[in-house]
Amino acid sequence: MSNSAEAGGSPDRSLRERFPLAAIIVERCLLSLVLLFAVSVLIFAGVEALPGDFATTYLGQSATPQAIANMTAELGLDRPVATRYFDWLGGVLQGDLGTSWASRNSVSEQVANRLGNSLFLAGFAAIIAVPLAIGLGMLSVHFRDRMPDKIINVISLAAISLPEFFIGYLLILYFAVDFGIATFPATVYEGMGFLERIQTIALPTATLVLVVLAHMMRMTRAAILSVMSSAYMETAELKGLSSWRAIVKHAAPNALAPIINVVALNLAYLVVGVVVVEVVFVYPGMGQYMVDAVTVRDMPVVQACGLIFAAVYILLNMVADILAIIANPRLRHPR
Amino acid sequence: MNDFTKYLAGRVTAGGMNRREFMGRAMAAGLTLTAAGQLFATSAAAQEPRKGGTLKLGLEGGAATDSIDPAKATSQVMFAAVRTWGDTLVETHPETRAPIPSLAESWAPSPDAKTWTFKIRKGVTFHDGKEMTVDDVVATLKRHSDEKTESGAAGMLKSITAIENKGGDLVVTLDAGNADLPAIFTDYHLVIQPNGGVDKPTAGIGTGPYKVKSFEPGVRMTFEKNENDWRSDRGYVQTVEMITMNDATARVAALASGQVQFINRVDPKTVSLLTRAPTVQLLTTSGGGHYVFIMHCDKAPFDNIDVRMALKYAINREEMVERILGGYGKVGNDFPINDTYALFPEGIEQRAYDPDKAAFHYKKSGHSGPILLRTSEVAFPGAVDASVLFQQSAKKAGIEIELKREPGDGYWSNVWNVQPFSASYWGSRATQDQFYSGAYLSTADWNDTRFKNETFDKLLISARGELDEAKRREMYREMAMLVRDEGGTILPMFNDFVNAGTKKLMGYVSDIGNDMSNGYVASRVWLSA
Repeated sequence: MSNSAEAGGSPDRSLRERFPLAAIIVERCLLSLVLLFAVSVLIFAGVEALPGDFATTYLGQSATPQAIANMTAELGLDRPVATRYFDWLGGVLQGDLGTSWASRNSVSEQVANRLGNSLFLAGFAAIIAVPLAIGLGMLSVHFRDRMPDKIINVISLAAISLPEFFIGYLLILYFAVDFGIATFPATVYEGMGFLERIQTIALPTATLVLVVLAHMMRMTRAAILSVMSSAYMETAELKGLSSWRAIVKHAAPNALAPIINVVALNLAYLVVGVVVVEVVFVYPGMGQYMVDAVTVRDMPVVQACGLIFAAVYILLNMVADILAIIANPRLRHPR
Repeated sequence: MNDFTKYLAGRVTAGGMNRREFMGRAMAAGLTLTAAGQLFATSAAAQEPRKGGTLKLGLEGGAATDSIDPAKATSQVMFAAVRTWGDTLVETHPETRAPIPSLAESWAPSPDAKTWTFKIRKGVTFHDGKEMTVDDVVATLKRHSDEKTESGAAGMLKSITAIENKGGDLVVTLDAGNADLPAIFTDYHLVIQPNGGVDKPTAGIGTGPYKVKSFEPGVRMTFEKNENDWRSDRGYVQTVEMITMNDATARVAALASGQVQFINRVDPKTVSLLTRAPTVQLLTTSGGGHYVFIMHCDKAPFDNIDVRMALKYAINREEMVERILGGYGKVGNDFPINDTYALFPEGIEQRAYDPDKAAFHYKKSGHSGPILLRTSEVAFPGAVDASVLFQQSAKKAGIEIELKREPGDGYWSNVWNVQPFSASYWGSRATQDQFYSGAYLSTADWNDTRFKNETFDKLLISARGELDEAKRREMYREMAMLVRDEGGTILPMFNDFVNAGTKKLMGYVSDIGNDMSNGYVASRVWLSA
């Protein structure tokens, strides 16, 4: 960095220096595109390598060779792999995700619907889980090694140790079957009112909150604890700040970077990794959609889902990095 | 009235038992003819169907890849859906499986069973208000059978050479006689669509008791009562909602909490727990679906008939029905037909587990060393456990079976019908002829045992064109014996269809035709207040 400052002259360099953050974002976006392209090649190759082709798998035991041949010809599956890939890529570059081979519906339309559902559930779980986790983390630092800290730790560890489907089943058993106060199945559909929707997803949201809570909470606790031992925290204590105020005002901001990272990872998990919870609660999200498509080798759908999952991961990681930079003045104003 | 007759009366009230069955069982339980008759009358009076309400079904076997086009309906959910919005030309009787009229009022074959004339019902309208015509019927059958077809029913329509509207009747010509043509027309793919569905196969417009209101593949499908239904003896509830629930525990939880009134595919292992719930009733029906271990008759060591025979004697069928099906099934006899098929050959001796006979045949075959059996969780529910049971029972006869557990993904493309010895399952077909033609004829597409027997092939073809029932029954007996004693199929069990409903669900008909009351569950039941 100091080198570039001396060279100074070139407009490119000065732009980079004047807007270091913008430069990073542009760089990361370009890199993301390359990554997405690589992901699409990988998924295509992966599905191609799977045993069994679409027509045979889809028609199953009732298939005749004639019907299989007709379907293969109609979908153009008899063309070489490379031709099919670039055909698909051409469509995607023009914003067309293609048509599902199985249901013959527009993939974009179906994906939009399913992605909306996934984001709704993930967003709702995040709104509850993130503040709760960070709050509990700070609370357990405040009561470090005392009873509240221990209780928080034991409960969150227990929640993380149980498999997510088991937590789901427990919640269903008690809240839906025994007490009958929660809605089950959590199937949402078009035309459902907002309040009804929220009521419907109560149980899966609770499950997801329990699953991701511990991870974020423990990271918050560890990050703040490591800051607590630094000299300025001692100063804060010596100048007479209350312990809670010292944690919230001075320790937490300095521990933000690792917390943001773990939150981003968990958010990504909430969007792309919850297929088991979707199945248990009969929730129509992206995960189940992709699994169904892989089962019959419905390539356009698998590709679209794969790309979106990759994009969510890349985007959330990028946001986490950028936020970490913003949160840290040393990175925000380099040198 | 003792508990058993109370139970019988309850079944009548719930609409699950007809008079003949009721009288037989009540009198066997010690009731006099008059008493039984009176009891039936009072119980039956209580079963006046109640109209209205929303029926919710939680069903396994749906996916985001489901298509509403009946030609491509393969999943369980789509099967039930098609039955709900559409009608076929012919239906089957729930108890005997004999063809009975639906959109076709009557039919008659030519003496050689090659040309069939169907009288098509008049005054039936589609959901879009248009009247159904013979041309619609012709177009439908053509779409499923022409050379461009992608239909799941294409295989059974192969022998059709002409489909015509002759003077207002449907006339179908075949390349050879087939006495079972009406039974073929009961297949659920063949629901009649306006202009055959050529214009828009996925329109979901038919003549059935319910209109499709919304469809999200793999999630949910809703139906609204068709007020212009041409039949008054069905379609009691006002709206139907089919929710795809592929998780067995989720289905049971939804039923137990009363959020759905019907679920399919109850896991036999948890049935006893489910029946403890006070609000739940079990709805089981015997069916023609079965689980098999299949050997390729043309590959070593299975090309040796004594090896095949040894393995057939080395399996403990009763144990499998008990442990794998939880008792919800019947033992098999190494041929793929049971009493749910018309013209079932009765009185064939049941093959039993016999280690001595197995050892005898095994020794006679001269084979030694382990025999490799490929199995997988997807072959049928409990297939891996069943394979281990088979391994153990064969061991007692001195036959060593080596198990190889294959991944579920790709099992149907790489193992089944490819490897010489594997686990598999078969669903039921409408007729014996259809089953044998699909899987046992030398040239069959899915001859997964490589069973090639000239006598069998000849019998199959002549039985198909035989209109004399007694002669036909005799031919099917001979065919069953050939498959049982020479074929490559080890058939330990026929599985029951195990469904469940809440006690509010009334009128469920146990239909031996197929699972979920042959797919008609939504239009046959009603909800008590």
